Amino acid sequence: MNTAEKERNKRLREVKKENARRYRALKKEKKRKIPESEYLTRMKDPDNILEIDNLHTFFYTDVGTVRAIDGVTFEVPRGKTVGIVGESGCGKSVTSLSVMRILQEPQGQITGGEIRFNQRKENRAINLVKTPQKVMEKVRGGEISMIFQEPMTTLNPVFTIGRQLDEAVELHSEKMSKKEVAEHSISMLKLVGIANAEGVYKMYPHELSGGMRQRVVIAMALACSPDLIIADEPTTALDVTIQAQILDLLRDLKNKINASIMLITHDLGVVAEMADYVVVMYAGRVVEQGTVQDIFHNPTHPYTLGLMKSRPNILGGEGDRLYSIPGNVPNPVDLPNYCYFHNRCDQCIAECDGPFPEMVALSKTHKVACYRAAKKEVQE
Amino acid sequence: MKQYIIRRVLISLVVLLGVSIMLYTLVRSMPSDYVDLSTSANVKMTDEMRAHLREIYGLDKGIVEGYIDWLTSALRLDLGQSLIFNAPVTDVIGRYAGVTFTVAAIALVLQLLIAIPLGILAARKQYSATDYIITGLVFLGLSLPTFFFAAVLKRIFGYYGLDLLPISGMLTARVTYPDHMTWAKFLDYAQHLILPITVFVITGLGSMLRYTRTNMLEVLNADYIRTARAKGVPEHRVIYSHAFRNTLIPIVTLLGASLPGLFSGAAISESLFAIEGLGNIGLKAANMGDVPYLMGYNMLLAFLTIVGYLLSDILYAVVDPRVRLS
Repeated sequence: MNTAEKERNKRLREVKKENARRYRALKKEKKRKIPESEYLTRMKDPDNILEIDNLHTFFYTDVGTVRAIDGVTFEVPRGKTVGIVGESGCGKSVTSLSVMRILQEPQGQITGGEIRFNQRKENRAINLVKTPQKVMEKVRGGEISMIFQEPMTTLNPVFTIGRQLDEAVELHSEKMSKKEVAEHSISMLKLVGIANAEGVYKMYPHELSGGMRQRVVIAMALACSPDLIIADEPTTALDVTIQAQILDLLRDLKNKINASIMLITHDLGVVAEMADYVVVMYAGRVVEQGTVQDIFHNPTHPYTLGLMKSRPNILGGEGDRLYSIPGNVPNPVDLPNYCYFHNRCDQCIAECDGPFPEMVALSKTHKVACYRAAKKEVQE
Repeated sequence: MKQYIIRRVLISLVVLLGVSIMLYTLVRSMPSDYVDLSTSANVKMTDEMRAHLREIYGLDKGIVEGYIDWLTSALRLDLGQSLIFNAPVTDVIGRYAGVTFTVAAIALVLQLLIAIPLGILAARKQYSATDYIITGLVFLGLSLPTFFFAAVLKRIFGYYGLDLLPISGMLTARVTYPDHMTWAKFLDYAQHLILPITVFVITGLGSMLRYTRTNMLEVLNADYIRTARAKGVPEHRVIYSHAFRNTLIPIVTLLGASLPGLFSGAAISESLFAIEGLGNIGLKAANMGDVPYLMGYNMLLAFLTIVGYLLSDILYAVVDPRVRLS
């Protein structure tokens, strides 16, 4: 065995030891009884429904720690839609799973930061990072609900649509009788535009098409009138005509129950159409955020600019190759602290070799994490 | 569904016919027959007398002719006379099937009761000490040869002064019991069956437990489990309702396939513990060249195998709504 291999094995053993320590710590923490005072908190702005503050979510894997989310901060105002964009693996979905607290444990753990949720029904604010699972069960589905990416696999194949919908309703409203629950479920199916609601209620998921199943998933997510809907690429698996229908439906229903949406997608077209605010993520960090106008009319971070350029443009020149950002996303294991985009960036300046840039406010709503933008700001 | 079952039954008849031809050929091709084996110690036997005996037992005919004879009587539900028991084969099977079935059924139920909860537990706590201990036990159970484990148990209970359990037989020989079942007789039976059942359970546990653990792990990573959690379903309900129903699907197949095992007995374990069951008798019959018994016994197993698979297909459609039999 040569020295390099020995080094590597030694390092992997250390990683394993560290992971075991982390898993034990999580297990112990889970057993602890958490008093209410520990997770009660106060919103920075009472108009916000959700405030994510310096969130860190790490995955302790066999090859090292993956900093899937590394200091993400943004908020979701009441009644608004926030679009989160970024390429695969940038931490969009992990953000949503962290909010729901359904990360793959014990590998995935929230290691720092706060997720403040405005519990309107209880007239209080709680920090979801600290909230015990028993309380989370009430929050999940009742106050925050989630729509997943893959409608073909998100429904349990052995239960009828009705049973799965009823379960969602029953869990969050104990007072309803069996009959009322069923009626509510059927009315939800009608609400999402399923014509034969009574029939579908008795069907199994495999008897429905992808678009129909996604409608059922949406009905399930909205059944308890949540305050926040997390939609994790709700239309990625659907064809374009169904996509438009589902998005319209989501927007109408959101307005009907006055909910906020956290819309996770890599489709900028969807963001432009749906979102009020946009958060651009790259390799587990927020690189730029602002209103939809800020981001689309005045993109500042080189990564956002690259994303805008790599959209297919049907009005643009014929026969041009579609632009793609050169290079690859860095390996997420044990990333050092510097701007992760700097090896792919064509506008680097001397400061870019330094630590990860601070967020700079370009306007009241528009923020960006880039040295070049910061410099420009100072000059102006 | 009805059509499917009718078609399967018709196909099964053809399969049974093929099996019976192969079985008869195999059994008759044994190097020495019943007459040779039962008279070999008798020096006064002449070849004429042997030939006469063969004629009586129907062993003088060739394989084809003999098979046709067997088949024509079997179709009339007459499986012939067992040579070593000198009684109709159906009576012999009926007399010994009870013990075999009781032992196997108790063992199967115990296996299920142990394997499924432990498998789920191991899957839930993957890579924990609990998981490693359970997987280790599975490995032990899978790799222990039945006869060796039986011998070890007999050694422990019979030799090292642990006179707690009887190590062979089915009833204490010194005690005379009445012909009908009494409480004392039942308890004596039960005591004698503890060790054999332990052997069956421990050695058969492994595959089922592994099955449950692997399936549970797969199901727990499925998207619909995440959906259930996102709905706010409490964790124990996620496991025992959402996940378990899906793990059940492959286990049902396993159950159907274990139907013949309930009657086949385990020739080696049964003879080690001197249990008068079908497996033990089958071994004796094979040693003595008892053609009618071997045919009847093996055809019963073939029949049960086919029924078992048909049953598991039907159960499959019952537990998994996606499966439609056609």
